[in-house]
Amino acid sequence: MLLIPDSVVRFFHRMASPPHFYAFTERLMPWLTVIFLLLTAAGLYGGLYLAPPDYQQGDSYRIIYIHVPSAWMSLFIYVVMAIAGAIGLIWRIKLAEIVAISSAPVGAGFTFIALVTGSLWGKPMWGAWWVWDARLTSELILLFLYLGVIGLYGAIDDKRVASKAVAILALVGVVNIPIIHYSVEWWNTLHQGPTVTKMDKPSIHVSMLIPLLLMALSFKLYYLIAMLQRARTELLMRERNSQWVRTMVLENEQ
Amino acid sequence: MTVQEFFAMGGYAFYVWTAYGVALIVLIANIIIPVVQRKQFLRRQASKQKR
Repeated sequence: MLLIPDSVVRFFHRMASPPHFYAFTERLMPWLTVIFLLLTAAGLYGGLYLAPPDYQQGDSYRIIYIHVPSAWMSLFIYVVMAIAGAIGLIWRIKLAEIVAISSAPVGAGFTFIALVTGSLWGKPMWGAWWVWDARLTSELILLFLYLGVIGLYGAIDDKRVASKAVAILALVGVVNIPIIHYSVEWWNTLHQGPTVTKMDKPSIHVSMLIPLLLMALSFKLYYLIAMLQRARTELLMRERNSQWVRTMVLENEQ
Repeated sequence: MTVQEFFAMGGYAFYVWTAYGVALIVLIANIIIPVVQRKQFLRRQASKQKR
């Protein structure tokens, strides 16, 4: 605790206050949107236009620029959701609970995109839309975990209780994350092994790697935007009887 | 490269553009849905508070 500067501690204390969080994220949104659009434009220009076709896969490999960043995000968001859930569980911080549940639909969206784009890439390259391969199956289980979290949260009316239940489910599901990551090494899979994370000798050319990393950053920004939009809605609904929401509702009317 | 060549994607147009299209739809939906829900909620609450 001594290592954390005072200003950082104060920032998090203030962010845990609902009205402050609501106002701050509203001011943050245009900045996030501009950075997101710039990264996406640069990434797509580099990936779809500048990068050469693959010597084996031709232009079909260009699906990589959404497939791989989406798959990365599906894992990243799950871990964030589980950590936020744990923080909510242990310290009863309402905003941590809200960040956890607001991450679920965004993570489910990325998991769905990873599965569909993988299928659309698999058909021309492997000759099959789907195979029950370890990587594909564990990623499908991830989608069900996300849907389980969303469904469980919706099924319990008391949202503080719902957040507890959801956090426990999310934490149990974390076991699936290393399984997905290492599936291509532990089992013989049709899915290709890692190309980017082999840092000693990445087997991808730099003209293809840069747009891929730009898209990965762009999707991180997207996650922030989409998750915060959910969180703002969820926060208003949960705090509907508090004074700051009642005042805001009246101001919004005018 | 001509515009036609670009959109043809070396014969993989269907797979590449469907993949990008699906991603676009999902990503846009995940932004629009919470924003619309928030507007609906604010309207509902406003009429509730007047009563």
